[in-house]
Amino acid sequence: MSEPLLTTADVAHVAKLARLELTDEELATFTDQLSQVLEHASDIAALDLDGLGPTAHPFGLTNALREDVVTEVSMRDDILAAAPAVEDDRFKVGRILGEAP
Amino acid sequence: MSMEGYETVIGLEVHCELKTASKLFCGCRNAFGDAPNTNVCPVCLGLPGSLPVLNRHAVELAIRIGLALNCAVKPSNFHRKNYFYPDMPKDYQISQYDEPLNEGGSLELPDGTVIGITRAHMEEDTGKSTHLGSSGRIHGAENSLIDYNRSGVPLVEIVSEPDMRSGVQARAYAAELRAILMAVGATDGRLEEGSMRIDANVSVRKPGKPFGTRCEIKNLNSLRSLQRAIEYEAQRQVNLLEAGERIAQETRHWDEAAGRTGTMRSKEEAYDYRYFPEPDLVPLVPEEDWLAEIAASMPALPKQRRQNLLDLCGADDQATKDLVATVVDRDLDPLVIEATLAGAPAALALARAANELDATAGLPSGPSFARTVALEASGTLSATQAKAVLGVLATRPTDDPEAVAKELGFEQLSDDTLLTTIAAVLEANPEEWARYRDGDDKLAQFFIGKVMAATKGKANGKAVVAELVARRG
Repeated sequence: MSEPLLTTADVAHVAKLARLELTDEELATFTDQLSQVLEHASDIAALDLDGLGPTAHPFGLTNALREDVVTEVSMRDDILAAAPAVEDDRFKVGRILGEAP
Repeated sequence: MSMEGYETVIGLEVHCELKTASKLFCGCRNAFGDAPNTNVCPVCLGLPGSLPVLNRHAVELAIRIGLALNCAVKPSNFHRKNYFYPDMPKDYQISQYDEPLNEGGSLELPDGTVIGITRAHMEEDTGKSTHLGSSGRIHGAENSLIDYNRSGVPLVEIVSEPDMRSGVQARAYAAELRAILMAVGATDGRLEEGSMRIDANVSVRKPGKPFGTRCEIKNLNSLRSLQRAIEYEAQRQVNLLEAGERIAQETRHWDEAAGRTGTMRSKEEAYDYRYFPEPDLVPLVPEEDWLAEIAASMPALPKQRRQNLLDLCGADDQATKDLVATVVDRDLDPLVIEATLAGAPAALALARAANELDATAGLPSGPSFARTVALEASGTLSATQAKAVLGVLATRPTDDPEAVAKELGFEQLSDDTLLTTIAAVLEANPEEWARYRDGDDKLAQFFIGKVMAATKGKANGKAVVAELVARRG
């Protein structure tokens, strides 16, 4: 295999963004597996795709729209019952570090 | 230290909540101020198996915004912007990335300056968090409470080019943009309720030099805050540069009470949103006849409405322009136009609308306003009396102005009484009358005052002057 498409550091970065805690062995395994996925995807680069636009969606549909009508009724009690912590009818979460990005 | 030798460079990002009945991708109610978490469903909570479906009216409002800002309205796609934050239950925000709906437009300020619009794209809003703790601010809070009613509310984000050069100009841009957004029916424009939110990118440079390092300022809850924050931030950056320090690219929080910006102290980490196409939504392609239909339904924009009023008044001096700006800003131009069409002088109708009418107190009906202005113009009512009549019409909009005037005791003076009164006033003040006759026109005001006092304000100032001029010969 030539130059790897992904380094362990790349995978560690992506894992961190996805809030995944990986062991060193897992990091090695996923680096290998994800490299193979990328390699497979890079096969497309070998094809002659001149004049072909990117595929946004496999169905070729456009403008799937709904009318601006309220159809939902409040299901607050059911929804809040599923939350780990609730206060004042709101979801209670722990300390937030920093403002929203 | 002054700003001398430096230029401020400003670009604004404005988030506008669209005034739809339901959310962007689900049938939950879109309403401000409802009880927490009552307008949430599996779609806007991002529960597994739920599917978003795009709201047609939200798209139409977004297209209206694009057309009003002279953008190219283009085939577009939705992307997922991935990040973790408690106010976003799906852990991604559905937004538009490299193919926004509206691209490359412009906005003309009332003074004629043109500000470039980079793009105006659609996205969904996040939930609202309340930070628990003594400060109410995020720092030091032990817990936060989340209300997802706002999660999934349709937004259009309007990104300007870095074309503004002062806090005053940025404020003028935000005010004009707000007027346009309200005119096209996209939003109610309430900054204090967050239905329009402004972030400012500010940097400084020596004129002609490349752009400096910019800081993004958040928490700008009024147009006044926007201007103040930009002026403070530009000065802060100049002070740093003059002291030989460098500016850190960061997000800063405007503290209105303290009148300063402060760093948000979020972790120094470049955000990596890993945008990818939203697989649950198909491309949005504004077809020609749909676009034409929306274009045909576009209302007159503030700039056009101001011009219409100026044309009506046949004037373009600054004082008239200021009155016109006030009247259009308060949506009072239809009343002025109606009064003018009914025969009242446009300039007088404009002045009375700008200075005497207040929508929060109540507005007179078109015919009542027109009639009051006409009565004043013909001299039947004095200016003071006309204003008092308009005050009453605020709560009784369709009353007959003449009946209201009578009720207020504004009976018209008979010509005889007026002439007798004027004669008596002149006789009692021979010295002033002599000076007036010798050409001291300022004394007209003196006589008007005396006649007004003698008639308890019932005389018409213009009629008094006319009589004085006639007697002077």
